[in-house]
Amino acid sequence: MFILRSRYNFTVPVEAECITCDVFSVKSLEEIRSLLVWEGNRQRRLDELFEVEYTGKDKDDETAMKMSGDLSKVRRIGNGMTHGKIIIEANAGSNLGANMTGGSLLVYGNAGSWLGSSMRGGKIEVMGNAGDYVAAPYRGSTEGMRRGEIIIHGDVGNESGNFMRGGFIKIGGNASQFLGIHMRDGTILVNGNSDRRVGAEMVNGRIIVCGHVSEILPTFAIDDLRPSVKIDSERINGPFYRFVGDLAEEGEGKLFISKPSNPHLGFYEQYL
Amino acid sequence: MSLIVKNGFVYDPSNGIDGEKIDIFIQDGKIVEKVDEHKAQIIDATGMVVMPGGVDIHTHIAGAEVNTGRLLRPEDHFQDVEPKTVITRSGVGHSIPSTFTTGYRYARMGYTTTITPSMPPLLARHTHEELDDTPIVDKAAFPLLGDSWFVLEYLRDNLIEECSAFVAWMIRATKGYAVKIVNPGGIEAWGFGRNVRNIDDTVPYFNITPREIIRGLCRVNQVLHLPHSVHIHTNNLGKPGNYVTALETMKCVEDLAAGDKPVIHITHCQFSSFKGHDWRTLESGAEEISRYVNRHSHISLDMGQVVFTDTTTMTADGPFQYGLHQLSGNKWVNGDVETETSAGIVPFTYHRKSYVHATQWSIGLELALLIDDPWKIFLTTDHPNAAPFTTYPFIIAWLMSKTARERTMRRINKKARSKSLLGSIKREYTFHQAAIATRAGQAKALGLKNKGHLGIGADADVSIYNFNPEKLDPSRKFITLRKAFERAAYTIKRGEIVVRDGQVVKSVNGKTFWVNPQVSTSLMKSLDDLKGRFQEYYTVQFENYPISESHLASPSSIQVKAEM
Repeated sequence: MFILRSRYNFTVPVEAECITCDVFSVKSLEEIRSLLVWEGNRQRRLDELFEVEYTGKDKDDETAMKMSGDLSKVRRIGNGMTHGKIIIEANAGSNLGANMTGGSLLVYGNAGSWLGSSMRGGKIEVMGNAGDYVAAPYRGSTEGMRRGEIIIHGDVGNESGNFMRGGFIKIGGNASQFLGIHMRDGTILVNGNSDRRVGAEMVNGRIIVCGHVSEILPTFAIDDLRPSVKIDSERINGPFYRFVGDLAEEGEGKLFISKPSNPHLGFYEQYL
Repeated sequence: MSLIVKNGFVYDPSNGIDGEKIDIFIQDGKIVEKVDEHKAQIIDATGMVVMPGGVDIHTHIAGAEVNTGRLLRPEDHFQDVEPKTVITRSGVGHSIPSTFTTGYRYARMGYTTTITPSMPPLLARHTHEELDDTPIVDKAAFPLLGDSWFVLEYLRDNLIEECSAFVAWMIRATKGYAVKIVNPGGIEAWGFGRNVRNIDDTVPYFNITPREIIRGLCRVNQVLHLPHSVHIHTNNLGKPGNYVTALETMKCVEDLAAGDKPVIHITHCQFSSFKGHDWRTLESGAEEISRYVNRHSHISLDMGQVVFTDTTTMTADGPFQYGLHQLSGNKWVNGDVETETSAGIVPFTYHRKSYVHATQWSIGLELALLIDDPWKIFLTTDHPNAAPFTTYPFIIAWLMSKTARERTMRRINKKARSKSLLGSIKREYTFHQAAIATRAGQAKALGLKNKGHLGIGADADVSIYNFNPEKLDPSRKFITLRKAFERAAYTIKRGEIVVRDGQVVKSVNGKTFWVNPQVSTSLMKSLDDLKGRFQEYYTVQFENYPISESHLASPSSIQVKAEM
């Protein structure tokens, strides 16, 4: 396992897309230490910023990495990763696991914005909170998350699941505004509450909110009252109001909103 | 400074040189007969192909439309980044690169002249400012005049001479080069939410048909003696069954032909060669178009070849772009330029496995291969509409190698493959023909006398590609061929080496060509009422409208005398 520890608290962003198991698995320790990263507008060797050690092969022969220290300004860890495992025992910066196609990332702290941006596979688990734009593609692009799994035990920011086209996002805490905006496919499950404008401009896919939602967009129509929702083999018990939309986009996306947590949406039942 | 390009296989179709080993002498930016060998820098081109610098007759590289495309697509910049070097500036963009990067990328492929074909006259200033920031290549811009209210009014009243005076004034005011028509009448109709269906449909409120606009402007073009023919984007572009419209457009000016010079240039013809009733029954109309073109000499075409990639479509054809947005569901921009034209932009990806896209790919190549005379059809992608210009080497490889075509054919949509004519076409372009399609023919069609050839007195724009036609067969070694055209061994611009081994080693400024038509003072008097009407139609004052020559970084005017 590789052990990386930051040498000091970074004051400017560090662009570290080379910190991935793909890069580390094919290089010697010396080569890894001399990898180049940008700290602000200066290019530095990796070992100027991090202490890098190698503790020998792991049992399952998988490339693994453990990172600690101040990482909240370190961007793009695990960028485009295809295999291996990275454990981050701290807060991670933005674009964590962007474009990854395989392997796994485990964060014990919080993650920054653009977590799992345009992800294509693999698994990300965050014990704390995540910032805005979870799984969203780069600005302007419509190629959001396609496959893989993101599990966040805390809260998430705005526009999570933007342009999502597949895969699964599970949010243990609350979600902020515009959850699943422009969603094309895939599933988002929120155990907590969600702010307004859930599923704005969604075309397809499913969003399940177990907590409170203050209002549903007027471009969604109630469709059914479901006792439960099944996600793969897991069954989430409701009952749930099922809405279809976003009708402004001629969408067929489904919103499942918990009935017990949202008595103020009871008036919709008259339209069933 | 003098230069000698030694021992290369020279392909200079305009001067009838076909792969002979000739030395090229360059002095003070011009090709000359002889220079002093002791004082000259010598480029050893042994085993390499030497051609005139590439000319691109139709490429959207500057202007309001391109810049709006850049604003619309941050993701396009993100996927393609070029850091700065000691010589070059940094830049971004795959399908709509920033101005400096555009110039460098053209130069790396051995291209030295580029023409931006749709400049809304009102926004000419912006276009020229961007062109000034496009290094290395020489440039020119075509103002869009097919839907200008003034032109429509003159042509409706059949005032060809007055219209000529106006067009001359407009070309001078905008520092333009030729007359560009986009969807004649259709753009004006789009202002009222409508379009024209064929070339005899009436334009609302103007009581004029596209046929009258095309014929009128072709006659204006002849009156003014403009170096290029009328450059037209046909009606019904991008709609199944539109090959009929393209044929009618060509036929409607058949009687205006005079001598060898084409009267009309049908641009990105691939988009105008669709047969069928809808997208499901879409078929190639290349056979019908090429049969007509082979029998007539009043037309030139360019391909508008599709390459399977992510790109950005942008034209002045607002209704077409609206349709494309509806079809694809992609984000879009639609704009209106006062009394002149409209514009639309939609990002688009051409997929190999899509029947329609694969058929489009096939149509472009069929046109280029079925039209016998390479002086009539030129290589373009209508950058960035069918693909970015950086894909030209792929197209050259497809044209010069049947194997390359077959290799791609194997991977495209099955139905498109079975319907495509390509499998039965054995023709392969020679280097001579490729040189016509990529430089000589385009320069001739544009009337650029010092471009596209290596004769004495020509501008010393030379490109050298590392491919030995004596040892390697381009038909089999198409990947080597493609790579050679991707990275020119040398690009020489006005006698200076700007690219070596595919790397920009010097950045120079290219010129902007513009045409200055001389019209008799008595006829210019007919424009006396223009000022008043201008006040009525435009948001800009008449005096503020023209661009002075001093506004351009390095202008080069071409004087032409109107026959009036």
